[in-house]
Amino acid sequence: MNNVSGRALRYGDNINTDVIIPAKYLNTTDIAILAEHAMEPLDPDFKRKTSTCNILVAGKNFGCGSSREHAAMVLKAAGIRAILAESYARIFFRNAINQGIPAFEIRGSSSDIDEGDLLEIDLNSWKLTNLTKARTIELSRPPEFLMDILTSGGLVSYLKKHRTW
Amino acid sequence: MTMTTCEKILAKNSGRASVSPGDIVIANVDLLMINEITGPFAIKAFEDMGFDRVWNPEKTVAVLDHAIPAVDIRSATVMKEMRRFARTYGIKNFYDVGEEGGIAHQLLVEKGFVGPGMLVVGADSHTCTAGAVGALAVGVGSTEAAAILATGKLWFRVPETIRIDVTGHLQPPVMAKDLILSIIGNMGADGATYKAIEYHGEGVSKISIDGRMTIANMSIEMGAKTGIVQTDQVTVDYLNKADRSLRFIEGDPDARCDRTLQFDASKLEPMIAAPFQVDNAKEVEKVEGVKIDQAFLGSCTNGRMEDLRAAANMMRKRKVHPHVRFIVIPASMKIYREALREGILETLLSAGAVVSNPTCGPCLGMSHGVLAADEVCISSSNRNFVGRMGDKTSRVYLASPATVAASAVAGKITDPRRMWS
Repeated sequence: MNNVSGRALRYGDNINTDVIIPAKYLNTTDIAILAEHAMEPLDPDFKRKTSTCNILVAGKNFGCGSSREHAAMVLKAAGIRAILAESYARIFFRNAINQGIPAFEIRGSSSDIDEGDLLEIDLNSWKLTNLTKARTIELSRPPEFLMDILTSGGLVSYLKKHRTW
Repeated sequence: MTMTTCEKILAKNSGRASVSPGDIVIANVDLLMINEITGPFAIKAFEDMGFDRVWNPEKTVAVLDHAIPAVDIRSATVMKEMRRFARTYGIKNFYDVGEEGGIAHQLLVEKGFVGPGMLVVGADSHTCTAGAVGALAVGVGSTEAAAILATGKLWFRVPETIRIDVTGHLQPPVMAKDLILSIIGNMGADGATYKAIEYHGEGVSKISIDGRMTIANMSIEMGAKTGIVQTDQVTVDYLNKADRSLRFIEGDPDARCDRTLQFDASKLEPMIAAPFQVDNAKEVEKVEGVKIDQAFLGSCTNGRMEDLRAAANMMRKRKVHPHVRFIVIPASMKIYREALREGILETLLSAGAVVSNPTCGPCLGMSHGVLAADEVCISSSNRNFVGRMGDKTSRVYLASPATVAASAVAGKITDPRRMWS
């Protein structure tokens, strides 16, 4: 899997899937339509910001609430290439991996990152470097088969290839 | 080696003698549920994976419930896709708009699809509701539902278990909802993330399956993977009626838990979760007087007989405040008919409530009572996030059916003890 680099887009604690994509838009499976409304109640400038910032950095319990995988899908469609959060709600975490989005826990470190900081995630040495602040932290490596799902590009590709778990 | 209920179920379904927290297992799923929001993406993923047969159509339940009947052309289209799926793959357990319909989590329990010791997976976060009858019930997204449609299996990390012991008995009009709001307020919105919660104690033994469903249902609001209620005589009596064969799996009393918490139900006051987080729980009396525009009684959390009865008790010989829209939605057609027979709907209608067909609708702002800018709703549902029920400036207070009904009468948030008889 390639390394990921980009600028940070900062959000706080307990960002729930209702604000990532409100239920009123869940009446379609058209990702392009859904992605138009990503983060709408929380941040009307989200779409504009993703033209320059594509690593989402959040506090604790990111993606809590509804199981809607649409939340991971719209972040991906909006150009988010990786998520770094203090912690995740478990269903969102699984959805992100299944959509092929690298999602890492950075416990105790999210407040060191400001919006616009240039970040580099090295997926060989498992290091996160904040180039703007010249700081590096270790990332914990996910279990091997989760990495297999990620490197396959998501769970659909993984099962297409392996046919079983 | 001792194990909790959750560990025993995961061990059984993954063919192991024992499992420990942190282990990753591939387990056989006993039942899968999808709905019209998560289902269409699951169907697409399943077909994109290249599978053409559902692993076990009899263990698959598909439900239309989120905003039914269809509210617009787009939602009609996703429902049409669900019907095609059911027809193509032979899914007989398909619940459409009609006499057997209702909210999926209610149907799984009342129709006897779920029981003790089962591993239940649903593409909906409130799947944990089935923990009320002793199942290990877990919510997932669409792609994992597709993986189960294809293989009948899913990976699980064995969670640590938090044990909640409830002492004392709820004092009416204090309800199971008040207990779970109090627990969530205490634990925090991420207090049980990745963990299983098991509810035990003599306080639980007097709570009906209706109330236990409310408790298990809201376990997800603390981030829990699942919430399992102890199985006892109340469970046996209920499941016998639902015609479900019984195969109990109980955790060992001395199984190792991450932590154990105690709650005294007898001392509990009516509780409310103020905007915009479910863990923002406080005593109702602390926010009494906040004016409301709408009151909603329903959802997978609180749309059952006990809930409708509590509201009817409050509404008898009273009227809904003229400035309030009181929307009542039974959680299933079975409940709807039972409430009709008992005269509960007559009482609520006479008081000025509007009774709708079973659907999730207003709980997540999809239909049947969406909020405009700055409007306030008191709701028996499960989430009060920004924009959850409509405009992002609207505000939702979560409370028990008794508190919702009392507030509908007063036109403002009201402690139900003022009206309880």
